[in-house]
Amino acid sequence: MPPVFGVLFDGFAYGMLLFLMSVGLSVTLGMMNFVNLAHCSFAMLGGYVAITLMNAFGWPFLATLPVAFIAAAAASVVLERIFFRRFYNASDLDQCLLTIGIVFVSIAAAAYIYGTDQQPMQLPPYLRGSIAFMGLDLAVYRLFLIATALLITIALVVMVEATRFGAQVRAAVNNQRMARGLGINVDGLFAITFALGSGLAGLGGALAIAMLGLDPQFALTYLIYVLIVVSVGGLGSIFGSFAAAMLLGFSDMAGKYYVPAIGAFLIYLVMIVLLMWRPSGLFGRR
Amino acid sequence: MTSEAIPVRPVQYLQAQMRWRWSEAAFWLATLLPLVLTPNYLVLASQIAITALFALSLDLILGFSGIVSLGHAAYFGVGAYTAGLLSKWGWGEPLTALVAAAIAAGLFGYVTSFIVARFRHLALIMITLGIGLVLQEAANSAGWLTGGFDGLQGIHTWRIFGRFRFDLYGYTAYGYSLAGLFVIFLIARRLIHSPFGLALRGIRENGLRMPAIGAPVHSHIQTIYTIAAIIAGIAGAMLAETTETVSLEALGFQRSADVLVMLILGGTGRLYGGLIGAVVYMVARDQFSGLNPQYWYFWIGLLLIAVVTLLPNGILGGLAHLARRLKVAS
Amino acid sequence: MSANALATHGLNKNFGSLVVASDIELVLPQGVRYALIGPNGAGKTTLINMMTGMLQPDAGRIVLGDDDITALPPEQRVRLGLVRTFQINALFPHLTALESVTLAVCERRKVARTWWRQLTAYGDEIDEAYDILSALTLAPVCHRPTRELAYGQQRLVEIALALATRPKVLLLDEPAAGVPREESRDLFAAIAGLSRDITVLFIEHDMDLVFRFASRVIVMVGGRVLVEGAPAEIAADPRVRAVYLGKTRHEAVS
Repeated sequence: MPPVFGVLFDGFAYGMLLFLMSVGLSVTLGMMNFVNLAHCSFAMLGGYVAITLMNAFGWPFLATLPVAFIAAAAASVVLERIFFRRFYNASDLDQCLLTIGIVFVSIAAAAYIYGTDQQPMQLPPYLRGSIAFMGLDLAVYRLFLIATALLITIALVVMVEATRFGAQVRAAVNNQRMARGLGINVDGLFAITFALGSGLAGLGGALAIAMLGLDPQFALTYLIYVLIVVSVGGLGSIFGSFAAAMLLGFSDMAGKYYVPAIGAFLIYLVMIVLLMWRPSGLFGRR
Repeated sequence: MTSEAIPVRPVQYLQAQMRWRWSEAAFWLATLLPLVLTPNYLVLASQIAITALFALSLDLILGFSGIVSLGHAAYFGVGAYTAGLLSKWGWGEPLTALVAAAIAAGLFGYVTSFIVARFRHLALIMITLGIGLVLQEAANSAGWLTGGFDGLQGIHTWRIFGRFRFDLYGYTAYGYSLAGLFVIFLIARRLIHSPFGLALRGIRENGLRMPAIGAPVHSHIQTIYTIAAIIAGIAGAMLAETTETVSLEALGFQRSADVLVMLILGGTGRLYGGLIGAVVYMVARDQFSGLNPQYWYFWIGLLLIAVVTLLPNGILGGLAHLARRLKVAS
Repeated sequence: MSANALATHGLNKNFGSLVVASDIELVLPQGVRYALIGPNGAGKTTLINMMTGMLQPDAGRIVLGDDDITALPPEQRVRLGLVRTFQINALFPHLTALESVTLAVCERRKVARTWWRQLTAYGDEIDEAYDILSALTLAPVCHRPTRELAYGQQRLVEIALALATRPKVLLLDEPAAGVPREESRDLFAAIAGLSRDITVLFIEHDMDLVFRFASRVIVMVGGRVLVEGAPAEIAADPRVRAVYLGKTRHEAVS
């Protein structure tokens, strides 16, 4: 098989990771219009929690994943109670500044506790290496990543489309005022959705260590990608986030493989053009 | 509490509002102090003046017109590289280089303003961020032109009017930057008090109402965005001329973010906010320069959180609030 | 020269499967006072949004006087004389009432672009703004920021802004909405005092206002025009009564 399929495979894995890290932000932005630039700090938190459990306490990798999820979700609940809920009606700028401030603090805290180097990590033996498949070397870890992310995506879609909770979320994203009028407890809904989204980001962060690495700058480096996914995909759209994450994953991998000199230039240009064509995102509300 | 009928004509009332205050005069007189009191710090002072000018340009679009830009350094960088390249290629005359930088930055600003004027909220933030990042990447890749990571070499600024040399002591540098800041400030102040300035504030206060009173919002935004780009470009050129270096950080995201923090710190929409913010931020950064950059950003983060939660209109807003409370109490 | 101030032909608008406007055909002759009534969700504000260009219809035409304005952006329709007010105040909170209305006057006179001359050099514009505010009894508070004014006064600023643009056709979206009884006297006087040259269409739920000021009434239900006629005819129309069955006695057509 030509190497392009290898690139597609890697791009798919990267895209799924981006999706996990972005979907929470997309839904909460669509529901409350709250610009949470600290979203990737939760991803970073999940990563560092997983690393600490593995390296300092000897936990097996798989066991750290749910803890990463819970830790990030819990942290988001605390921040939401203390800070965020006072700013739901604040201007875009104020929300940006507040959450950027939190990002800076989180980066500095991570640097202080863990140092600025990449965190070393040992994958369990059954996730290492690669499988030869039709002439390609498919990394086992990336297969695992794709499988896990797909499972979670399916669970998400089922939850959103088939449960009452999901229906309420969709209503609140679609028209908050009307949802309140129908008796839906939008504030409580938002708190749960926010926790869920942040937890997913934390999980994504833990899963990302073996593929993207982990250092204190993670919260900023990947924030840009997450923002691109969210704004291009469309606020409040799970499908949009998925599509945009895939698009970004493929483009970034393809760009790095085929035209490394151009670098991220093309990604940003494509983002600008896409946003100009569809300012609410590909699948966002009109 | 309603007031009685105003005895003066409304025009006169407005005129009184626009007069120069004694505090403004005091501020500008104070800017002369470093020449006398702290001559060792004139190099820093000229950096502050240049950054203050940059912050002023951001205030025009952010504070007065409500355009949130995360990529304003793009125009600063265009100005810096224009002046730097001119000098490198043999033309080091500072004032004409300012004109060239103004034209280059203004052109780039005008072209991008077509995009910027048509978007709001997240799309606008992302687009301004994207423009800055695209330029950053392009400058990085075009190392043959920009010198890449190392920056431009071989910049030498000629004397101003053939007499004033840019030397290590910084008297010329500070005089030059301060003069530039003051002149452009006067122009900006005039703009703010013009009908156009009122229209800009209208856009900031309620962008949806403006078309409903017949205002060509896109056209207004394009105009102020271009003007702000010109001013940012001039500031960038001044940096290139006074430090005789230009590198990628001149148009980097860090610079866009820093100037935003300074403006928020000082208070948006007050013209002096960017100036005050620049002074406070850069003096603090100089004082804590020995500090690990990680820790610096910890305190900046905390500062941002504090300003947004406790002092939403920045230092000047807080002072104005205090002044009102004192007036009521007396 | 058309005798009609404003006309819409075959206006249609859907949001997915939700039909908010279906084949709206309206002709407003010059100088007439129209009231547009109907239950919530009938599409009245949507119609105004389409007339003013804030919303694009899926099909149909809008004609102002002799000009087809269907493709024009909102600010150009204002320049041609089609102006609206908003149901929920859309004001400039930190600008004073005088500054707000002066801005509208300056935009009308196309001097809002000049950035090199001081605002205080435009005495005519400022005086005109002051006169408009005085006529609406807002002179004593004209130098206060709009957000500090009482709600009824803010509603008057809403109208002042519209008047500053010298409208030929004025669309008022529930001008009395949310105004307490004590403050509505000035508001009603302002509406009554509108020049007879201006064609007015106002959306209202308050039947007092409708019967006092409108010479013709249009009833909209579910995105369609149900019926149009003089107030007395509408009051007697059984279809209109059926629509309003169940409303409070205050709002019910008696």
